[in-house]
Amino acid sequence: MTQNAHKRSGIADRLEAWLPKIILAPTTLAMIVCMYGFILWTGALSFTKSRMLPQWEFVGFLQFEKLFANPRWDVALSNLVVFGFLFIAISLLIGLLLAIFLDQKIRGEGAIRTIYLYPMAVSFVVTGTAWKWILNPGLGIEKLVRDFGFTDFEFRWLVDQEMAIYTIVIAAVWQSSGFVMAMFLAGLRGVDDSLVKAAQIDGANAWQSYWHVILPILRPVFFSAIVILSHIAIKSFDLVQALTGGGPGYASDLPANFMYTFAFNRAQMGIGAASAMIMLFGVLAILVPYLYSELRGSNRG
Amino acid sequence: MAIGRIGIYALLLAFAAVYLMPLYVMVMTSLKDIEEIRQGNLLSLPESPTFYAWVKAWGSACTGSECEGLAPFFFNSIRIVVPAVLISTLIGALNGYVLAKWKFRGSELLFGALLFGCFIPFQVILLPMARLLATLGLANTVTGLVLVHVIYGIAFTTLFFRNFYVSVPNELVKAAQLDGANFFQIFRHIFLPISVPIFTVTIIWQFTQIWNDFLFGVVYSGPGTQPITVALNNLVNTSVGGKEYNVDMAAALIAALPTLVVYVLAGKYFVRGLTAGAVKG
Repeated sequence: MTQNAHKRSGIADRLEAWLPKIILAPTTLAMIVCMYGFILWTGALSFTKSRMLPQWEFVGFLQFEKLFANPRWDVALSNLVVFGFLFIAISLLIGLLLAIFLDQKIRGEGAIRTIYLYPMAVSFVVTGTAWKWILNPGLGIEKLVRDFGFTDFEFRWLVDQEMAIYTIVIAAVWQSSGFVMAMFLAGLRGVDDSLVKAAQIDGANAWQSYWHVILPILRPVFFSAIVILSHIAIKSFDLVQALTGGGPGYASDLPANFMYTFAFNRAQMGIGAASAMIMLFGVLAILVPYLYSELRGSNRG
Repeated sequence: MAIGRIGIYALLLAFAAVYLMPLYVMVMTSLKDIEEIRQGNLLSLPESPTFYAWVKAWGSACTGSECEGLAPFFFNSIRIVVPAVLISTLIGALNGYVLAKWKFRGSELLFGALLFGCFIPFQVILLPMARLLATLGLANTVTGLVLVHVIYGIAFTTLFFRNFYVSVPNELVKAAQLDGANFFQIFRHIFLPISVPIFTVTIIWQFTQIWNDFLFGVVYSGPGTQPITVALNNLVNTSVGGKEYNVDMAAALIAALPTLVVYVLAGKYFVRGLTAGAVKG
């Protein structure tokens, strides 16, 4: 009897010891197959001549050559550079400015913060739909300014090949800058007051203490914000789809839209896979140095 | 000094106005009829507010070849979001508990490898996932979309719970073990009771992510299973008859309402998820 109970608890113990691994097993399996496996699959696909269906005839770098010879990919890449740079720079600027001003013991801070951040809660498709109407040539901002008396005012970026990409910047900044503000505000709240006081005793004015004392302390926040924003920029897909549809023509395409169009609408699987791999490498190029410095930092700390 | 402070308030309020403007424009436009939209401008108030656009957006606007409004797609989104959020949160809680308190050889490596999942551009998995769903017979189904959202949400939910549980003292776990409590008893009696905030953060995060998703929705859904974001995009880009901007705006507001309501009710937790998911992830 006692022996039996002992034996049973032995099995239970062994099961108990295995529990942590059993619980992580499904996640591990999903991760190996659906993340790393799929990345390899896409990578392999990009070296084949697959079109409608995957076919495993390898053609070397042909799809990548085709990709970079494609003027549409060219446009998508240079759009990403323009969009990424402006989106990140403007969001950082506005976010930092608003955070510094909000940190001045403002009455109603909570309400103002809520207003700055709400765009982050809505979908990029909603944002795109709203701005598509606001920027509507004819009935949108153009009409509004004309009603103010400037009857010759023109604002047609949405249908302008050269300017369409900037409408994406406007909508994306509107959506994400409040979030950058929240990051900076959290950073500012973490700055040790005595450092600022010491600088002021040394004769620094408010501007100088921000420039020389506080901003250097916020460096990690800058880094995180830049990484997050560039991640958003590279993945941007829905906003373009809803706001401009990539148009006029393909003037405001980003790589994510290119990938979708070629892989799913044009049955050019090989090129689609190649463009996805380039996007992955883009993310890695930003991420790896960041994680490296993070890990080094935490080891030191 | 006083002038400086007035300047600060003026600037903060001006920005508040800019952030609010699109919402204001959407609401105003949605309450006008099409004639008034042509006569007035973005900021003008509706002279005789009408719910025509809201009724049409909900029940009869065209989203491609069908004209049943957003209602069926709203319910599609609910059918996708509810199970996907619950399953991914539950798995994340257990994963996080193991990774924080039941470490084994290789578990840290596993966590690192999983974290990478928060970062990959999903374009890189779109094609093989489509094949897998087709093989499983789940292409264009709600179940398929739930599966995809669970798989690619686990990295985030695990991260949230792991980082939360790491701060629970190990002594507490050891003491409970000495008292004879097992793996699940410790989870249930020590970890669950303190987990309300992290469950709130995670559920809100997952809800927002999945409700707002467009990429997976547009790639993996079929005619009867499209989520609301996809339907909204179709509605706006379908021009049967004249363009009805008021209906577009009402539709956009309908699609945005659930996440906006959650944000207004639980903004604190939303922001916490945002920073936890983004900064750490």
